[in-house]
Amino acid sequence: MSESTLKGKGTSKGLNVHVRRTIAYVVLILLSFLCLIWFYILFINSTRSNSGLKSGFTIVPGAYLVQNFTNMLHGTVPVLNGMLNSVIVAGLSAGLCVYFSCMTAYAIHAYNFKGKKAIFTFILMIMMIPTQVTALGFITFMGKLKLMDSFIPLIIPSIAAPVVFFYMKQYMDSNLPLSLLEAARIDGCGEFRTFNSIVLPLMKPAIAVEAIFTFVSSWNNYFTPALILSTDKKKTLPILIAQLRSADWLKFDMGVVYVTIAFSIFPVIVVYLFLSKYIVGGVTAGGVKE
Amino acid sequence: MKKLASVLLSTLMAASLVACGTSTSSGTPAEAPAEEKPAEATAEATAEAAPAGDEGSVLNIYCWNEEFKSRLEDHYPGYEKVDATTGKIGDVTVKFTITPSDDNAYQNKLDEVLPNNASAAADDKVDIFLVEADYALKYTGADPAVALDVKGDLGLTDADLANQYQYTKDVVTANGVLRGVSWQGCPGVLVYRRDIATEVFGTDDPAEIAPLLSDWDKFNEAAAKLKEAGYTITCSANDTFRVYSNNVTSKWVEDGKINIDPNIEKWVEDSKALVDAGETGTYDLWGDEWNAGFMKDGKVFCYFGPAWLINFCMAADDEGSVAHDGGWAAVEGPQGFNWGGTWICGAQGSDNPTLVADIMKQLTCTESVMTDIVKKDSDFVNNKPAMEAAAKDDSYAFPILGGQNPLAMFCEGANKISMANISNYDQGCTEEFQNAMKNYFDGNYATYEEALDAFYKAVGEKYPELAQ
Amino acid sequence: MSDARKKSKVVSYNKWGYIFLAPFFIVWVIFQFIPLATTIYNSFFENYRSGLTQIGPNFVGLKNFVTIVTNGDLINYSKNTLIMWIIGFIPQIFFSLLLAAWFTDPSLRLKAQRFFKTVIYLPNLIMASAFSMLFFTLFSDNGPINSILVNIGLLSQPFKFMSNATAVRCLVGFMNFVMWFGNTTILLMAGMMGIDQSLFEAAEVDGATATEVFWKITLPILRPILVYVLITSLIGGLQMFDVPQILTNGTGDPARSSMTLIMYLNKHLFSKNFGMGGALSVFLFIITGILSLIVFRISYAGEVK
Repeated sequence: MSESTLKGKGTSKGLNVHVRRTIAYVVLILLSFLCLIWFYILFINSTRSNSGLKSGFTIVPGAYLVQNFTNMLHGTVPVLNGMLNSVIVAGLSAGLCVYFSCMTAYAIHAYNFKGKKAIFTFILMIMMIPTQVTALGFITFMGKLKLMDSFIPLIIPSIAAPVVFFYMKQYMDSNLPLSLLEAARIDGCGEFRTFNSIVLPLMKPAIAVEAIFTFVSSWNNYFTPALILSTDKKKTLPILIAQLRSADWLKFDMGVVYVTIAFSIFPVIVVYLFLSKYIVGGVTAGGVKE
Repeated sequence: MKKLASVLLSTLMAASLVACGTSTSSGTPAEAPAEEKPAEATAEATAEAAPAGDEGSVLNIYCWNEEFKSRLEDHYPGYEKVDATTGKIGDVTVKFTITPSDDNAYQNKLDEVLPNNASAAADDKVDIFLVEADYALKYTGADPAVALDVKGDLGLTDADLANQYQYTKDVVTANGVLRGVSWQGCPGVLVYRRDIATEVFGTDDPAEIAPLLSDWDKFNEAAAKLKEAGYTITCSANDTFRVYSNNVTSKWVEDGKINIDPNIEKWVEDSKALVDAGETGTYDLWGDEWNAGFMKDGKVFCYFGPAWLINFCMAADDEGSVAHDGGWAAVEGPQGFNWGGTWICGAQGSDNPTLVADIMKQLTCTESVMTDIVKKDSDFVNNKPAMEAAAKDDSYAFPILGGQNPLAMFCEGANKISMANISNYDQGCTEEFQNAMKNYFDGNYATYEEALDAFYKAVGEKYPELAQ
Repeated sequence: MSDARKKSKVVSYNKWGYIFLAPFFIVWVIFQFIPLATTIYNSFFENYRSGLTQIGPNFVGLKNFVTIVTNGDLINYSKNTLIMWIIGFIPQIFFSLLLAAWFTDPSLRLKAQRFFKTVIYLPNLIMASAFSMLFFTLFSDNGPINSILVNIGLLSQPFKFMSNATAVRCLVGFMNFVMWFGNTTILLMAGMMGIDQSLFEAAEVDGATATEVFWKITLPILRPILVYVLITSLIGGLQMFDVPQILTNGTGDPARSSMTLIMYLNKHLFSKNFGMGGALSVFLFIITGILSLIVFRISYAGEVK
């Protein structure tokens, strides 16, 4: 700064921007490093043998990736099963969630019925109730319905997702003119068909974004599945990962532990890298009103 | 608005109808005991009458680790391994359900399934469940019983069981009824590293090392010497816990109140001094650091444990381990103790009683199978004459112990073990006590009283009936 | 289109509004409302499992609530939760504001913006359980971090991260920071881009520096969004569970200094002590309810037309 005050105002401003830009890049690179280093360490460690890992950290990968991977597949933790369970639960949750949230949003958006305003307010009010608060009643009630240790309590509740509903509603407000629906009605299209064949296709971008978000949050969910699922073969990945923490370590090869962690986050990273444009854009569109 | 209200109301009603419908048909936990009685009767009937052919096609085994699985795989005649958690005996599929015992998870699982076992679907019925001494009483003394009577229901005879160590029967006997059997005995010894002994004490000969570690005062003196040479006597204060806690004169819970035995308090005192002096650590048993002590570059002088610790934990297959070159030796240590042991229980409501009985008989009563276990797994088996013979036989020397045969030491320990002071709550109390004290040793609780309060609180959460 | 005709049409279609709302409400009632009611109902009973026997349910009035407040648990674990949340939130809001300001500053013309945004958002998608399991292995006494620190001579012997209250809390806070700052950055950016550019131009004409512009124009306009971020993050913070649970294996150690409210709830649920669990849930419900009302006020009140 002292240097710039010596010079004329015009040049100081240019320099200032230059310095600030450099600082910005340095900070950004440091933060990116902070975000990425964990993945690097994870990758390195999953390529090394148990005894190699005990002797300290190295920067270059080892040659045990395949070995660790096969050990993981043949171990007692049913990782492949877990992956499949996670895909089923997260996939169905995402599908049901976006479809029914669209439907709910459409009900509020397209129709004028008594109590509409109250219902809308109500949905917004329940938006913030954390699932943990109702967990106790949830597990006792699911027990009564004989739904413990099944996927249903993990999938079906996603139909009532106020946050996704709100996003869909916002999107409809700006992208779904009511006149279009009128036209469909004049063409003799039933309400249900209008929704399925006209509204849904128009909602595609919003559906894509929310489907990804729902998928990821269901994929990563640990609290509810840990309370509901008890059979090893039905457990989803986060529970299996958590089990590693309390597992019988003498039987555990650290290389296998690392490879299991890597294996469980890998699909999400791949999906993310392909769809990052939508995801990063989607964060803003839903939450806040500018 | 009226319309909305009626919609909401009808939904609510529909939902509550669903709720009512299922709750009447399912049977709440309170009703379960009533259902238990007839099932008991049928189980007994099938045990006596039915030939194996009429029995269930799936044998479900509940356990917390893989030890029993490998015993069954290796030693039960006709067992075929299918994959990591299933196998086959003849036409019967054997399914293992492994739930880690941490944080009472395994017991919670048993609590959930055992009371309703009789009404479970045939393929889901638990047939065998394994228990540890720490909580065996909970399942063998339960009313209504959840474990089958080994003699009455399963038909094993006193003659079959004659060679077993008495204490292994005491652990699973309640009101005079034996409800489990074990193939192993778990008397423990102190296992030390020969190279460190030579460096610090000038000898690695068990006969000369034994007097240096024969009581706790000497043990603590030795710790100071080891510290000077850069070693810790044990890896963790928890290493010695079992030794103290097995020599108590009272139970964890007396008359519905939590009770701390003087010997447990002595453990806290001794351990705090050791930890403060840097002569031992506060690591978790089974943890990474604990396992690191088995390696050549480890700094740990000794471990306490029974035969399974020597064979299961010391990583003899690993070239970097001390055990690989037979670098350990065993002495009796300051006090005798028992650590672990797995008991096989038949579950009430099992649809495979004949097979359950046969597994018990083969693994815990058949001498040839048991000597095989000793030979292959170097386990200390629950067969007195066999073990006493092996103790005199040099071919049973442990390579991990540099050719020393510790079986005589184990035999003597097994005769002395008393399990008079076990209670239903041992596992939870032990786990929470160690945890609270670890925090005390680490300085996270300033005083013993503070740590004790934390312990009471944690036990109260685990067992609400003990909450103060 | 005449008004009368429109009205008649709409009326005949209106029942579809209810039909399309039905799935949402049926599911909500079954999977959230009834559980919520059951939870509250349970909080007035003594109801737990002692080994193989069921104790209760016996009606005990407000006893569970009294116990949970008087034994200090609620206060203690709220405090822990709050501390760990703050440790994570301060750097989070600081870096998020900084990055958002840079990303939206046209005079900086930062390159590779998409790359950076992608990278900083990445940790948010990672399974919290996997992330904390990874941290547990990395920061264990013999883990890679210690071995690096010892090897480069920063430490003479391994530092026991997991036995030090501050270290564990900082690790939890740090993980929350890494997982959430990308998300917050993007939220704040949206707010900043919505600011009328003419304001900045006017400021520039008046000779304001970038720092002045930030403090005097950007920040005041961003206030509602900042409050939104703060409260939603606080609600999220109250639900903190996965990270400390797996990092400490559910113990909340050392000395329960990292035990959060939800971890405590989970303990009661796990040992099937439904009375105490219920009382704790009701407290959580009230706290989040109040916070949610604030969010609702600032964000959505205008939405409902």
